[in-house]
Amino acid sequence: MAWTRKHLLAIQELEAAEILTLVDTAASLQEIASREIKKVPALRGKTVVNLFYESSTRTRTSFEIAGKWLSADVVNFSASASSAAKGESFVDTARNIGAMSPDVVVVRHASSGAPALLARLLPCSIVNAGDGAHEHPTQALLDLLTIREKKGHFDGLSVAIVGDIAHSRVARSNIHGMRKLGVTVTVAGPPTLIPPYTQELGCKVSYRLEDAIRDVDVIMMLRLQQERMHAGLIPSLREYSRYWGLSLEKLRAHARPDVLIMHPGPVNRGVELSPEVADGPYSVILDQVAKGVAVRMGVLLLLAGSKGAEATEPQGGAR
Amino acid sequence: MVSSPRFREKAQVLDAAALDRALTRIAHEIIERNGGAKDVTFVGLRTRGVTLARRLAAKVASIDGASVPVGTLDISLYRDDLDLRGAPVVRGTDIPFAVKDRTVVLVDDVLFTGRTIRAALDALIDLGRPKMIQLAILIDRGHRELPIRPDYIGKNLPTSRREAVAVRLTEHDGEDRVVIEEPEGA
Repeated sequence: MAWTRKHLLAIQELEAAEILTLVDTAASLQEIASREIKKVPALRGKTVVNLFYESSTRTRTSFEIAGKWLSADVVNFSASASSAAKGESFVDTARNIGAMSPDVVVVRHASSGAPALLARLLPCSIVNAGDGAHEHPTQALLDLLTIREKKGHFDGLSVAIVGDIAHSRVARSNIHGMRKLGVTVTVAGPPTLIPPYTQELGCKVSYRLEDAIRDVDVIMMLRLQQERMHAGLIPSLREYSRYWGLSLEKLRAHARPDVLIMHPGPVNRGVELSPEVADGPYSVILDQVAKGVAVRMGVLLLLAGSKGAEATEPQGGAR
Repeated sequence: MVSSPRFREKAQVLDAAALDRALTRIAHEIIERNGGAKDVTFVGLRTRGVTLARRLAAKVASIDGASVPVGTLDISLYRDDLDLRGAPVVRGTDIPFAVKDRTVVLVDDVLFTGRTIRAALDALIDLGRPKMIQLAILIDRGHRELPIRPDYIGKNLPTSRREAVAVRLTEHDGEDRVVIEEPEGA
């Protein structure tokens, strides 16, 4: 299906066919990473601004590499080294950056809805690179691409997402995406960290790790955001790790031998994942990171590489 | 989306037998020109160029006995009119051999303005430095906008700009046939 959207704000608003267009485009672009000259001219003359109000290693770096491999000019803005530190408001900063005529602004912000606000304020395309506990669409897309490459398809797959579901934008984007593609999703974690929306979207809920990981194709472990402990949602790190940490013994005893272990990073080794699992043969964590560049190339290309709905689609040189 | 005009068939240019004969002749020309097929590789442009490249490779192999590798080139990232089109549809490049120091025969179904071939040359050279690039085309319909000239031509077909040339291949369209089309209501 042809891509017609100007922004990528949330997986929730996409149709299944649009998600597959993004995944397919990313899959086709992966080959560029193995080239001797990792650059194609598709976005020559386009400007991409990375507007990051939260710290990020993987996401910001991979958007930067993605833009550069497509020949776009990429400018990085981080809140700590800018006028935001001098008290400039988000909207003022955004308007100023908008005045410099970027083609795409990639935004990460602690407040849910910040990218949607920018989409109303700025004339350019906006990509949500994570907003509060709302969504992180490109992470879900790279997770979906990783799953499809390893399993070959989405039909009849089942995925367990384990940990702090309530505060995880990665979980929310993945749940929307997977449910739209017909994947069975089980969410698992302490009851205080399982939000009610998961059941509305048709997820199964489990309060025992051993049950959740039985017979699933993929286990997606989430990072325990340690600040949650202070909010009284879990009793202690040690208890969380004992009940919800994935060790090699639990994996061997309860999960299928062909299960994939995924994690959006950064990993708290020894908390949600034991090092033997994170680095072991079931783990596809570094595949996820590699796919991140391809997914972000695909997103930038689809948003910036066209004039969107006004354009026609002539076919080939024949006509 | 602006709907493209509907086309109706005006005349048949090649039937299945003529299409096959044209490919056989091109295969012989490729072998003659390159003194055999030892260093020759084929790269087809998506979609029908790839199918034609596979057929040419099979013919070359059956004449010369050498097996000839075939790759697929997607030029959507190299187009000069990305801004004029809808969102690009990228289907991927897959060239499972090194093009460096090889002779690459680029294959496409129709040669028109030459812009697709310009993009293909850039895309190919980004993958390595071939010893030589040659161009094989089933139908050359004229109206070039760039200084590009094919090395092997199935058929020269003078057309008007508003006409279209449709190459139908069994693998995609259920029949082997080339027709010239004109806009409906013309």
